[in-house]
Amino acid sequence: MAQQIKMHLLVCGGTGCRASESDQIQASLEHELKVHGLENEAKVVTTGCFGFCEKGPIVKVIPDNTFYVQVKPGDAREIVEEHVIKGRKVERLLYTDPENKEHVADSKHMGFYRKQIRIALRNCGFIDPENVDEYLARDGYQALGKVLSEMTPEDAIKIIKDSGLRGRGGGGFPTGLKWEITRKSVAEKKYVVCNADEGDPGAFMDRSILEGDPHVVLEAMAICGFAIGADAGLIYIRAEYPLAIKRLKIAIDQARNYGLLGNDILGTGFNFDIELRYGAGAFVCGEETALIHSMEGSRGEPTFKPPFPSVEGYLGKPTNVNNVETFANIPPIINKGSEWFAAIGTARAKGTKVFALAGKINNVGLIEVPMGTTLREVIFEIGGGIKDGKKFKAVQTGGPSGGCLTEKHLDIPIEYDTLIAAGSMMGSGGMIVMDEDDCMVSVAKYYLDFTVEESCGKCSPCRIGNKRLHEILETITKGQGTMEDLSKLKNLSHVIKDTSLCGLGQTSPNPVLSTMENFWDEYISHVVDKKCTSGVCKSLMRYVIIPENCIGCMACARNCPVNCITGERKQVHFIDQDTCIKCGTCLEKCKFNAIAII
Amino acid sequence: MSSIKIKLKEKDIAQIDEICKSFNNEPGELINVLHKVQTTFGYLPAEVQDVVANKLNMSVAKVYGVVTFYSFFTMIPKGRFPISICTGTACYVRGAEKVLDEFKKQLSIKVGESTPDGKFSLNCLRCVGACGLAPVVQVGEKTYGRVSPDLVKDILKNYE
Ligand SMILES: Cc1cc2nc3c(=O)[nH]c(=O)nc-3n(C[C@H](O)[C@H](O)[C@H](O)COP(=O)(O)O)c2cc1C
Ligand code: SF4
Ligand code: SF4
Ligand code: SF4
Ligand code: FES
Repeated sequence: MAQQIKMHLLVCGGTGCRASESDQIQASLEHELKVHGLENEAKVVTTGCFGFCEKGPIVKVIPDNTFYVQVKPGDAREIVEEHVIKGRKVERLLYTDPENKEHVADSKHMGFYRKQIRIALRNCGFIDPENVDEYLARDGYQALGKVLSEMTPEDAIKIIKDSGLRGRGGGGFPTGLKWEITRKSVAEKKYVVCNADEGDPGAFMDRSILEGDPHVVLEAMAICGFAIGADAGLIYIRAEYPLAIKRLKIAIDQARNYGLLGNDILGTGFNFDIELRYGAGAFVCGEETALIHSMEGSRGEPTFKPPFPSVEGYLGKPTNVNNVETFANIPPIINKGSEWFAAIGTARAKGTKVFALAGKINNVGLIEVPMGTTLREVIFEIGGGIKDGKKFKAVQTGGPSGGCLTEKHLDIPIEYDTLIAAGSMMGSGGMIVMDEDDCMVSVAKYYLDFTVEESCGKCSPCRIGNKRLHEILETITKGQGTMEDLSKLKNLSHVIKDTSLCGLGQTSPNPVLSTMENFWDEYISHVVDKKCTSGVCKSLMRYVIIPENCIGCMACARNCPVNCITGERKQVHFIDQDTCIKCGTCLEKCKFNAIAII
Repeated sequence: MSSIKIKLKEKDIAQIDEICKSFNNEPGELINVLHKVQTTFGYLPAEVQDVVANKLNMSVAKVYGVVTFYSFFTMIPKGRFPISICTGTACYVRGAEKVLDEFKKQLSIKVGESTPDGKFSLNCLRCVGACGLAPVVQVGEKTYGRVSPDLVKDILKNYE
């Protein structure tokens, strides 16, 4: 007798949860179901990321929507015996609301999810990304069917234009307009390219979409192909994303088998197929002209625009490049209409944006919020505030091209233009939260370190200028900076921005300029007072002994690796500053709070 | 980038030839070919690049230019247990640098080097997409999350 599956146990199979053994949780759950003879009643499904990575690995039970957090393989038995068999929730695995300390079973009622609207992420955490049938069951490929059977390419472009969708890869260019330009470029061959290079360190939106819902990107690329008149699609993906690559390959095979890719799609005579191209770890390859050169097998160096790829792109042919998240919005817009989409967000930015929340925040994870949501809502309501009760200091948006925003920016609505006006940018969606322990000069130096390493070296303002910026920042963090260095830093930043060839150089000084703008005091204290108030810059720290507290136990002196602490037993000790290497051992060893950092 | 002198065997050359052929010896497929060759050999020494250039009918300089441009390609062999420290922004603000310093100290090697016995190699990479677990360290295929400097010794012990 064929029994009905009554219950689904969804296990997160995203990279973060995988790293915490979620594959073993899946195996244990399946084993337990088998032991109890329930394999025909309950089914274990591996899904993409649920977004709430902080509390991973996550197991969600459908239909009652119970959300278990920080599950371990050993919990499988209890989940099956209690929840699946007896219908009782396993209380200890439920999320605890940090405010009222109560257990919350349904994710809908968790602060993390309450303000979110999921369009691009709608299937992540709901379906098995390796099974096309599950995508089909959630209206998958319906938009493609609709476009191919009911619309002209112009109709499809009009819907995307009317929706107001703008590119999610950083530039914010209107997507419908880009499609129209590529449509109007006359050529016998055109290409659709999906930019899945995701170079911003600390961002993982695109990766989670590809891992959790690969078909949405394939469907959208086919729609784009129909709209612009292309029969070939290429996905440029980082080789560092093995799981996303694997799932894309599976999805492409399945789509071909179902006649959703390949020749004569859905019997409409439309041909479209997709291939993968691999990046090899160069941030600049995310820039569209560099990406195209890389796909052609060369060094990924940007070239001057115009010509834009929509006119002259891959192999010299018109090429429409869109970001993964941009594509993920296309099928819902086609299915639900442009008015539906345009009603979400603000006047100048429609729809939602996915952000990767990370850093010193309680709820690290992937979130999707309507455009116009404030930073305060994102950081304090969704993100649950700052870790360990520390004080919020800054939030960095836009990755290496963006800037650091502070307390005074918390209430601005998040949009492309407002973030630029505040000295940062939307970028691809990385959002790194920093607290009082972060030194903003060091943060600027960190980003410059990144830029120096990633500059392709083609033009000198970027290649040499950024190196100089980095050197000056290094001098400042070592306590050797002067006021003159600060003005040099500012001037050089503007020169680099104005004269660099591509977006990398044109934006690379932003972390410097925005930290100087918003944390000028901190630069001054490094340069004038020779102090790093956050205690990050080692050269500016001094370990000293507080005479009132020191009882002369000698513990510090015995452990100092360079023997720079002197003092007789039961006498106050003394640290020789010239020899001290600032290793912090003495502070650790002193049991009498007699050592301080000043 | 320093390199190590090696001598390729007949069978290695045949293998590279095979890979190039599977991409129709197409110069535009250079990056795909290099990915495949690196997966097979673990790294891309000069001798291997010579063979690839020859098969794809392009200059050695062009191949070298591509290999050195992309950080994913390496001309030095990795250790048996390659250690990668994520230095993405999320990991950086949660203390990746201190973790990296501890690995350097424990192994007495710098970033990009291998231990003399070829057991461990040390590298940095940018965001592995597990920022919720920051700071993150990968040893081979295994990912360690929330690593603090005092956990470094324990991680290394797993590979004794
Ligand atoms: C240095 C640099 C890096 C970039 N990296 C990415 C990236 O990783 N992913 C991405 O989608 N776009 C990236 N872009 C933007 C692309 O050039 C391009 O604008 C985008 O892929 C277009 O797609 P969209 O209109 O859908 O956003 C980058 C741009 C620059 C200048
Ligand atoms: S600005 Fe920098 S990354 Fe861009 S082309 Fe010039 S050197 Fe290369
Ligand atoms: S360990 Fe502390 S109390 Fe003991 S000698 Fe050193 S500073 Fe004084
Ligand atoms: S910080 Fe290190 S080197 Fe300096 S006094 Fe303390 S133990 Fe000695
Ligand atoms: S920054 Fe380290 S995993 Fe993302």
